[in-house]
Amino acid sequence: MSTITEHERSRTGRRAPARRGGLKSVFFSQKAAPYIFVLPFIVTFLVFWGFPIARSVAMSFEHIVPGRSYFVGLGNFERMFGDRIFWVAVTNSLRYMLVTLVLLIPIPLTLAVLVNSKIGSPRIKSFFKAAMFVPALTSVVVAGIIFRLIFSESSTALMNQALGLIGLDPVRWLRSGGTALVALVAIALWRWTGVNMMYFLAALQSVPQEYYEAAELDGAGRFKTFIHVTLPSIRPTIVFVTTISIFGGLAMFVEAFMLWGGASSPNNVGLTIVGYLYSLGVQRGDMGYASAVGVVLLLAVLIINFTQLTLTGFFKKDNR
Amino acid sequence: MSAISSSGTAGQTLREDDPNRLFRGRSLAMSAALIVIAIIALIPLWAIFAGTFQDGIRLMREGLNLSIDFEQAGFYNYRLLFSAESGNYFRWFGNSLMVTGIQTVLTLFISAFVAYGFAKYEFRFKSSLFVLVIVLMTVPLEMMMLPLFQQTNAMGLQNTHVALFLPFLASAITIFFFRQYLAGIPTEIIEAGRVDGVSEFGIFFRLVLPLMKPAMAAMAILNGMMAWNAFLWPLLVLRSNELFTLPIGLSSLLSPYGNNYNLLIIGAFFSLFPILILFLLFQRFFISGMTAGAVKG
Repeated sequence: MSTITEHERSRTGRRAPARRGGLKSVFFSQKAAPYIFVLPFIVTFLVFWGFPIARSVAMSFEHIVPGRSYFVGLGNFERMFGDRIFWVAVTNSLRYMLVTLVLLIPIPLTLAVLVNSKIGSPRIKSFFKAAMFVPALTSVVVAGIIFRLIFSESSTALMNQALGLIGLDPVRWLRSGGTALVALVAIALWRWTGVNMMYFLAALQSVPQEYYEAAELDGAGRFKTFIHVTLPSIRPTIVFVTTISIFGGLAMFVEAFMLWGGASSPNNVGLTIVGYLYSLGVQRGDMGYASAVGVVLLLAVLIINFTQLTLTGFFKKDNR
Repeated sequence: MSAISSSGTAGQTLREDDPNRLFRGRSLAMSAALIVIAIIALIPLWAIFAGTFQDGIRLMREGLNLSIDFEQAGFYNYRLLFSAESGNYFRWFGNSLMVTGIQTVLTLFISAFVAYGFAKYEFRFKSSLFVLVIVLMTVPLEMMMLPLFQQTNAMGLQNTHVALFLPFLASAITIFFFRQYLAGIPTEIIEAGRVDGVSEFGIFFRLVLPLMKPAMAAMAILNGMMAWNAFLWPLLVLRSNELFTLPIGLSSLLSPYGNNYNLLIIGAFFSLFPILILFLLFQRFFISGMTAGAVKG
């Protein structure tokens, strides 16, 4: 599209740089330039992604002990199916992913619609947006420390104080599955509501005003307008937020690591897939089995990924 | 920012001109609701502030709440932070600042370089390479951390700061964002450069790079945030205490004995400041950065 032919260039009467000899000509060559521009990506990809992923796939067929490795075929994958702890981790991750998905799309969307509406003071809305976004700036580590101490077992800790106000007994939050999930989801809600709200807000602001005027002319009520005009217009953003929420949910680990101060938790209530990967590979040095878990995860993520991106026409749009 | 201020003025005129009581009532209810939600969102930050005045061992036993009890520790935690007993805290702080700075600058530069290749040239394998960019954008690092760890070790980079950022310098998400941005830059500028005899790289450095400032600002903030908060990868790579970054250092203070909790709470509180200051200084870029990221769908 942007290439000027040699012919045109010589017509301009200036020097035709592409004809210079030697190394210098590379800097003027429109043929070579793009490859040099994308070279850092190719190198990074090959060295830090392609090769490690290939190694990981190879290792998933091996049993590895310090200094030696044996080919075990599908042994690691068979072991995975019979591994109760693996399924605990999968269940925990899926449950967390689903709950965050169910909460972190509608709540931020509702807030974005409120902020985007004409009523209410703009100054208060600016304050609101900043206040909602600040939690995203805190690191998971700091968020984890705060929530670990807020969800502490003692009756003086904030969450148990709140329960006390409505006449309930203190709860040992981080000891059982259901309440542990509450703590994990609370961190997710706190850190991501504002971010997702900003995504939705940006999308809402880019919906053409004429659509709303047309809906009004047709006599559509507020709810109908939302269903038939707003939602379809911001669909790409909903897909995007859904995608990152799915990955965020499946890959969750650090939140749990901080809440329980390490990769282990009572009865594995906080064990996630990545947490299991971490404890297998890093703490127990069972690299072959850990690789198999990683490969299964990678496949799951890629499949979800491609299905979603294909269904939403993402590839078509960006590879013209 | 312009979107916000324009919607702001629209709201203002509506509010002043509208005589409708019902409208005003709804407006008040909305403001009240938003303030309540904002306060709920800020509660954890208040809790950690309240925690900075509490005794470490009691903090571990009794947890965090919203009351400030000066009697417990007073400013002991603050004095501890700036005393010799705080160990490597400020070193971790410095490491984090340094790694975040280097990583952000290099990532922006390298990703811009790559994005320009994708945005303004036609070449073989372009679309398949770009599909790789998109795929990498959504592969979580956690899934492949073990082989990546082995790879960096094999390269002799174990326990170094370089290993923290080297694998991520050609950041897929940043490349994608820059490419979208560059697609909007007129090709005439590039052609004019060629006509004037500037080399292909001269065009990038002298003509294109200066035009990328707004996109750079947005991505600087997002990359800076990610680097400052990075946890899992540094946790794997770093072994020696004096090389720790702030998040790793802080988590190392989480001992089951509680004697580090004084430093943990004040250290966690203090670690919020660089990123909060950055946010306040560049708030409008934060928001426009989010906007640009959202529209891409």
